[in-house]
Amino acid sequence: MDSQITNAGRPRFRNLAAVIALIPATAAVVVVYIGCMLWTVRLSFTSSKLLPIFDWVGLSQYSRLFLNERFSVAVENIVIFGVLFIAGCLILGFLLAVFIDQKVRGEAVFRTIFLYPYAMSFVVTGLAWQWFLNPTHGVQKLGRDLGFENFTFNWLVTQDMVIYTIVIAAIWQGSGLVMCILLAGLRGVDESLWKAARVDGIPAWRYYLFIVLPLLGPMIVTAVVLLSISVVKLYDLVVAMTKGGPGIASDVPAKFVMDHFFERNNVGLATAAATMMLIAVASILAPWLYQTYIRPAGRVA
Amino acid sequence: MNTITRFICTATFAFVLPTAGQAQEIKAEVLHWWTSGGEAAAIAEMANAFKAEGGEWIDTAIANGEQARTAGINRIVGGNPPTVMQFNTGAQFHEVVDNGMLNPIEDVASANNWREVLPEVLIEATNRNGEFYAVPVNIHGQNWLWYNVEAFKKAGVEPPKDFDELIAAAPKLKEAGFIPLAHGGQNWQDHLLFDAVVVAKAGKEIFKNIYLTTDGEALNSPDFRSAIETFAALRELTDEGSPGRSWNDSTNLVITGKGATQLMGDWAKGEFIAAGKTIGTDYGCTVMPNGYIMGGDVCVFPKVDDEEQKAAQSKLAELMLSQDVQLAFNKKKGSVPARVDLDVSSMDECAQQGMTALKDPEQQVGSINYFASSDLTGATRDVITQFWATPSMTADEFIEKFASAVKSAS
Repeated sequence: MDSQITNAGRPRFRNLAAVIALIPATAAVVVVYIGCMLWTVRLSFTSSKLLPIFDWVGLSQYSRLFLNERFSVAVENIVIFGVLFIAGCLILGFLLAVFIDQKVRGEAVFRTIFLYPYAMSFVVTGLAWQWFLNPTHGVQKLGRDLGFENFTFNWLVTQDMVIYTIVIAAIWQGSGLVMCILLAGLRGVDESLWKAARVDGIPAWRYYLFIVLPLLGPMIVTAVVLLSISVVKLYDLVVAMTKGGPGIASDVPAKFVMDHFFERNNVGLATAAATMMLIAVASILAPWLYQTYIRPAGRVA
Repeated sequence: MNTITRFICTATFAFVLPTAGQAQEIKAEVLHWWTSGGEAAAIAEMANAFKAEGGEWIDTAIANGEQARTAGINRIVGGNPPTVMQFNTGAQFHEVVDNGMLNPIEDVASANNWREVLPEVLIEATNRNGEFYAVPVNIHGQNWLWYNVEAFKKAGVEPPKDFDELIAAAPKLKEAGFIPLAHGGQNWQDHLLFDAVVVAKAGKEIFKNIYLTTDGEALNSPDFRSAIETFAALRELTDEGSPGRSWNDSTNLVITGKGATQLMGDWAKGEFIAAGKTIGTDYGCTVMPNGYIMGGDVCVFPKVDDEEQKAAQSKLAELMLSQDVQLAFNKKKGSVPARVDLDVSSMDECAQQGMTALKDPEQQVGSINYFASSDLTGATRDVITQFWATPSMTADEFIEKFASAVKSAS
């Protein structure tokens, strides 16, 4: 009884201190993030060019946006990229984690090698892969110099294939992170499960696929969230690798927004595109937020 | 003792105060993006000239034009403007003028007869509502064909004077193992090439009208169609590594003898010079026909209320376009002086060739930046780069997309 009272008192006091400490951060979040978001949405309904002005042109920036071929190419690209990149990273990362989990000799070396690309910025990754995939001095030339006269690997300069080169580079960069997260998960799986599976004569692949994978659920969610963030903000990799080309074939929404904001002094159209990105992200996040925060709270109440 | 101290004090004040006062009177902060080696050397010429007049030059160099302009505009809007700020020549700064954020420099201009010494198109591009709002500091020619002399000797053909000759020479160049046109497939480079072809094949009137009119007359003219065909034919002259290649890597192909030609602005000259090549024996330059497409830089003067700052602005405006500074600045920069009344015999062969073209009003063609907003430039650039990268796109599709891009941005 006595201890309960002190316990009940203390958290409240502690909370108060924490609340006070968090006020500046909260204010920053509200003003900077939410304020800027609202500012952006408002600007997308104006005819702003170089300088923000606050007239009202309704949805005309949006209609221009949807008629813009470059934007639709960008949207299509980000969907292709998002799906392939997340799936690719998860599969490759999981396989790498399982491989390392076999207690291979020199595990630390492999772990470092696999994680190393993640330590590189997207700009470095992009430049390296651009050199590597460039048909005149990359893989294709190597193949031809080795005697395969007709060897062709020119995805980087082919409009239909260029987005896949960006996926390849991004997977190379990101799968190490997934490996690390999943490896931590694998190490947390109880040894006795493995022994039990052995006793029951379950093959290793079934053990990993049907027993371990479901246990790794939270880890996978973490990985997906982290990967999704890099999908939405995909910009520097494209700039470093292709500059959105050939033509407009590898453009992505973030690059569209940046180009129109700065190079083209078209704040109205840029904010309209940014608002579309916000809506897309929000519509994906909303069910998850509802699931995690709102529904359980409702159930408790 | 006392008198000595007093004497020292007075003497110190006598010496220090006037200089301090003078320095304050003519202190100028200049915001620009001239950061590469040659550019920094060029702006240093201006700074030195200003210092020689007793001014204090505060150099605010921000790499990359977009970022420098954004920083400058933010400072103007925020009420802490630099004394002088750089823009590219043309419509880029018109919105800033229209919002009343710049000081006109009409007084300096009329006192120094700028209207007599500047090319007509440049006067148009720096004037707004009949007043000078910017000092043009240089002219960059944008339709130069740079070529490797050796490559044409080996292939046994004459260096081309226009695009048709280039296309005709291509098979022989290819046979001799050269890339006929070392082009970097980035959108702005595609656009540069496109504009050069349009001026060469369709003339400067149609060149301007395809961007500024929406009635479709210029777009559907036979001359413009033939320009599109020529532009499309040039695709075959490039190599597989072209898409995404930066301009200086392409220039390097010409320098090292892998490529035969490159169409690029006169800033490419700096690369040849840096590689120790001599004009005439190693490389050559030709302006493509029907006009000298002019780009370049201007300096504008943000609105300030302080009289001393205003005096500094007037002083700098006058200085920047003075004959000596123009010559010294442009020799280092690789561009051509903005005023046509200069003796350029001390400049190199290409600069002289450019200057000759500039003196003929018929040859003066303002680049797209002179008359089109960045929005219009960008919108059409997307269509041009897409066409360049898509050999299957027909001229009709191109014209249709181009027209809708112009309409959306105007």
